[in-house]
Amino acid sequence: MIELEGLTKHFGSKVAVDHLSFKVRPGVVTGFLGPNGAGKSTTMRMMLDLDNPTSGTVRIDGRHYRELEEPLKYIGALLDAKAMHGGRSAYNNLLCLAQANRIPRSRVAEVLDVVGLTPVARKKSKGFSMGMGQRLGIASALLGDPEILMFDEPVNGLDPEGIHWIRNLMKALAQEGRTIFVSSHLMSEMALTADHLIVIGQGKLLADTSMADFIQQNSRSYVRLRSPQQEELRDAVHRAGMTVVETDNGTLEVDGASTEQLGELAAEHRIVLHELSAQRASLEEAFMQMTAGSVEYHAHSTGAGAPPPPGPEAPPSGHGAPQWAPRKEGA
Amino acid sequence: MASVPAVLQSEWTKIRTVSSTRWTLISALAVTVAMGAALCALMNATFDDLPDAERLTFDPTLISFSGMVLGQLAMVVFGVLVVGTEYSSGMIRTSLAAVPQRGTFIFSKIAVAGLLALAVGMATSFLTFFIGQALLGEHRTTIGEENVLRAVVGGGIYMGLIAVFSMGVATMLRSSMLSLGILMPFFFLVSQILSAVPGAKDVARYFPDQAGAKIMQVVPNAMNSGESPYGPWGGLGIMLLWVAAALLGGFLVLRKRDA
Repeated sequence: MIELEGLTKHFGSKVAVDHLSFKVRPGVVTGFLGPNGAGKSTTMRMMLDLDNPTSGTVRIDGRHYRELEEPLKYIGALLDAKAMHGGRSAYNNLLCLAQANRIPRSRVAEVLDVVGLTPVARKKSKGFSMGMGQRLGIASALLGDPEILMFDEPVNGLDPEGIHWIRNLMKALAQEGRTIFVSSHLMSEMALTADHLIVIGQGKLLADTSMADFIQQNSRSYVRLRSPQQEELRDAVHRAGMTVVETDNGTLEVDGASTEQLGELAAEHRIVLHELSAQRASLEEAFMQMTAGSVEYHAHSTGAGAPPPPGPEAPPSGHGAPQWAPRKEGA
Repeated sequence: MASVPAVLQSEWTKIRTVSSTRWTLISALAVTVAMGAALCALMNATFDDLPDAERLTFDPTLISFSGMVLGQLAMVVFGVLVVGTEYSSGMIRTSLAAVPQRGTFIFSKIAVAGLLALAVGMATSFLTFFIGQALLGEHRTTIGEENVLRAVVGGGIYMGLIAVFSMGVATMLRSSMLSLGILMPFFFLVSQILSAVPGAKDVARYFPDQAGAKIMQVVPNAMNSGESPYGPWGGLGIMLLWVAAALLGGFLVLRKRDA
């Protein structure tokens, strides 16, 4: 169990983490989500007593990090891959850490095996690829067989097979009753691994909820309609007492109705339909919407001179568009 | 609390598993001995050409330590790299996550590296002394003469302290490049030049290397170097104060700054 209370960090006049309070519970994977620059890494560094908080506290099983006897046996962390001496072999890098916390030497070979680095155990770690460095970092987190594991953006630099592996590893570790705290800026990644969700934006807590609740609350389902007789269709749907939203790209979105109902309605009024499809807003969109007001770095849209936060006229961003725009919703 | 013997063992593993340890310490020994031997041979050949004042204050022990001017630079590199690579590699965050007590961490590291530097410094000092004396011919001294053993042991301590001082500075500056960029020119140029400039000399003799090197003199005012306000032990004491200040500064920076 990790407890944060009023955790705050200022860098000069900039507030990186702003009165953050939450608990990370054992036995589940807790996802720590936020856009880039939201303060995730700073928070994690403060949890490990690497950065000094401006105010507030972090308690690990009720104690301050510095009070932990041999901390690697309580909490293992992957902060940045390659936080190792490149001139030292993978084995020796881990051996130094193991010895500092009186972890038996045999454990070094064990964790190297778990992460699949045994064949390169004696190779200097500076020759490692990003993915191998990530695996070495994960090995160092597992070294003390800790009850609590923290991973900062663990899938970064991993190939699809590696991503699959780390997901399963985290789930397996949580099933053993361990506390897993993992950060990401990708909602889609979290949806696959996390049971609980903590969302921050500009250092502030935006949500502390179970994954299931988050999905239920945020995945809006609606029906999309496209017709050459748009006006007539809109009036017909409206008269039927349904909420209809006209989007900028000439489609209609109807909440709380089935495709059957709408198809029959169109037939009744002899309206031609070019599209009739059930839609589900993605979690990514829900996440973007939640953090839209607190995104640190806005990408400019491709149109030259467009202001960073898109106005109501801006087209809804498609999946993977380089822009974090709130979805236009409601009429 | 982390177990100190465990942290010492861990730091020893760190030091022995990087190649920079080997090449810096071997360089310190080889450069000191080779340059000392060359200068002793040269002195022996040109003794009669020396000015009277220098002949009267000829210090065969001190001459055999001439190579330390260069050899100490390798010790500086060793000291800086021991600490600096923690920062340049990012290992510092991993290390502090394992040993969050800043004092235990940094002083264990410096103790292990300092003892190793002292051992190599001692070996260097004795070796350069005996080889130097062998090459000085009739101008030689022996280890049994008054104060000679003190000077030779002092030479070893001097080299160890130069390394520890560098570790303290690197902990303060948190960067190998910056630390080397300051320490190398300081020891090789600034200190050497200022100690030869009248006026500046009075300040320069309180620099760590100038004060500490006094321990290697046997003959007072050796080589016509002029009166100094402190003796050999006083000089070593001044150097120790510099080392203590560097260590304290390093510790305070490590405790205060974010890793």
